[in-house]
Amino acid sequence: MRVKKVRSKDRYNLFLMALPFLALAFLFSYLPLYGWIYAFYDYRPGIPLSQSEFMGLDWFTSMISNEVQRQEVMRVLRNTFAISTLNILTSVLPVIFAIFLAELKNAKFKKLVQTLTTLPNFISWVLVYSFAFMLFSVNNGFLNNFLLDLGLISEPMNILASDNHTWLSMTLWSVWKGLGWGAIMYIAAIMGIDQEIYEAARVDGAGRFRLMWHVTVPGIMPTFFVLLLLSIGNFINNGMEQFYVFQNAMNTDHIEVLDLYVYNIGMANSNFGFATAVSLLKSLVSLSLLFVANSMSKAIRGESIF
Amino acid sequence: MPVKEKFTLFHFVNYAVFAIITLICVFPFYYLFINTISNNDLSSRGLVMFYPRGIHWTNYTKVFDIPGLGQAALVSVGRTVLGTLLTVAASAFLGYLFTKQMWGRKFWYRFLVITMYFNAGLIPWYLTMLNLGLTNNFLAYIVPAIVQPFFIILVKTFVESTPIALQESAQIDGAGYMKIFARIIFPLITPILATIAIFSAVTQWNSFTDTLFLITDQRLFTLQFILYRYMNEATSIAQLMKQSSGGMDMDLANMATPTSIQTTVSMVVVLPILLVYPFFQRFFVKGIMIGAVKG
Repeated sequence: MRVKKVRSKDRYNLFLMALPFLALAFLFSYLPLYGWIYAFYDYRPGIPLSQSEFMGLDWFTSMISNEVQRQEVMRVLRNTFAISTLNILTSVLPVIFAIFLAELKNAKFKKLVQTLTTLPNFISWVLVYSFAFMLFSVNNGFLNNFLLDLGLISEPMNILASDNHTWLSMTLWSVWKGLGWGAIMYIAAIMGIDQEIYEAARVDGAGRFRLMWHVTVPGIMPTFFVLLLLSIGNFINNGMEQFYVFQNAMNTDHIEVLDLYVYNIGMANSNFGFATAVSLLKSLVSLSLLFVANSMSKAIRGESIF
Repeated sequence: MPVKEKFTLFHFVNYAVFAIITLICVFPFYYLFINTISNNDLSSRGLVMFYPRGIHWTNYTKVFDIPGLGQAALVSVGRTVLGTLLTVAASAFLGYLFTKQMWGRKFWYRFLVITMYFNAGLIPWYLTMLNLGLTNNFLAYIVPAIVQPFFIILVKTFVESTPIALQESAQIDGAGYMKIFARIIFPLITPILATIAIFSAVTQWNSFTDTLFLITDQRLFTLQFILYRYMNEATSIAQLMKQSSGGMDMDLANMATPTSIQTTVSMVVVLPILLVYPFFQRFFVKGIMIGAVKG
């Protein structure tokens, strides 16, 4: 009996030690949920909520009923879907990268490739933009000068300040930044495949590509599947940093994804009510997508992703 | 692996493709560097393409002449060091606590993990920060970063893999939870803490949007943020530097240009990453694997 009493005191002590940190999590992750109330008011910074006009569901219905706003929202959703879809399609590239990397026999070269292709993952999007500026700017960019020198073009191309292929170029930058990093897990998964399976397949007369397709690919499929489900769960969360730094007057039509749109209307134009309504819907959709991804995982793999 | 395999066309193509991919990943870094050490006039006209021309180090010796750079470097270093220390300490301690029979352990663990998958959105978060007094405040860089559920999961998993007998014998010797944490657990989990430190330091160093959302006071701008601003205002800053140097005894060809400012600041931003990268590489591979197992 006495032992148990001491232990329950211990349990509270342990909780008290954790409490300050739990409070921080509450402050920064749960307290903001209260802010959803702004979606139902015409809130202007500086004016207390009690004196703001109550809007009911007006912000939400205006996304459909207001012609201008409906087109805006549709445009932003289109960008979000396009870029997310392209990102999901390009998520097979790290798989291919890892499979073919395993075919490199020179260990030093392999290590070098892995080290150098992972590097871009560790720089910020601002720096990526700085690279883009140096390499592709219209006046003194590397690419324009190079192509002019070769005589392949007669006029410099303005790649950054143009709205051609914005979705594609954003995806290509993501690939540049994330390819090597994304491959790490697959490389590890390939190393975990039993060598005897390869030997057995080889004895059966399988060539290089059959080994890849029938041994390596099934071996890394579970890893790929988990990551695919996670990216479905994050389908409408593109983040905004990349799109914010690459945004300019020319490409804004195609670069404005949901997260950037919320920033632009909320923070830059101080339309807090509408921006909160949009991001509230976004959070709910995102949560449902996560549940969908999770139940898909449970149904197919028999275990949840988190 | 077979003992001997012929070097076929497949291998040739495979090596070539990987060489090209690697080159594409590295070239921007190289291009940036050669432009910072080349003749500023040539560089600003985009004429330094594959190798440095007219090598000089003025951009580096005069780097602190760039207005705001010294202060921003201080802020960036400060948030990286302080933020990393606090995040690592908190993750270690909480990860340990969650392996113990804490009151409501399961509930509080979920309470933290849910925050990885769900947030209220930008505007409510911003207004919360505003109400907490965390706008235009250096603490805005540090305090929200302390509790990181993912790192806590990493530590918890790691602690669970260490032999429990060590803790039990210390307990029999009369050590309390704090003492066990400091004397037994902490030394055991340093590998995972190194991983966490690296991830958290890189995140702190690269962070850009928190300055964008929360800071208008120039003294609190980070290097990432001033780099972004310089790219949009580089021309006027070059003018400013030309005026302040008097333009008399300066080597005309190597005077600050918008390009030289942009490239030099970019180099300052990327240099710490490049310097520590070779050392931390082995840690993040380990980290991502542990994370993948538990995910």
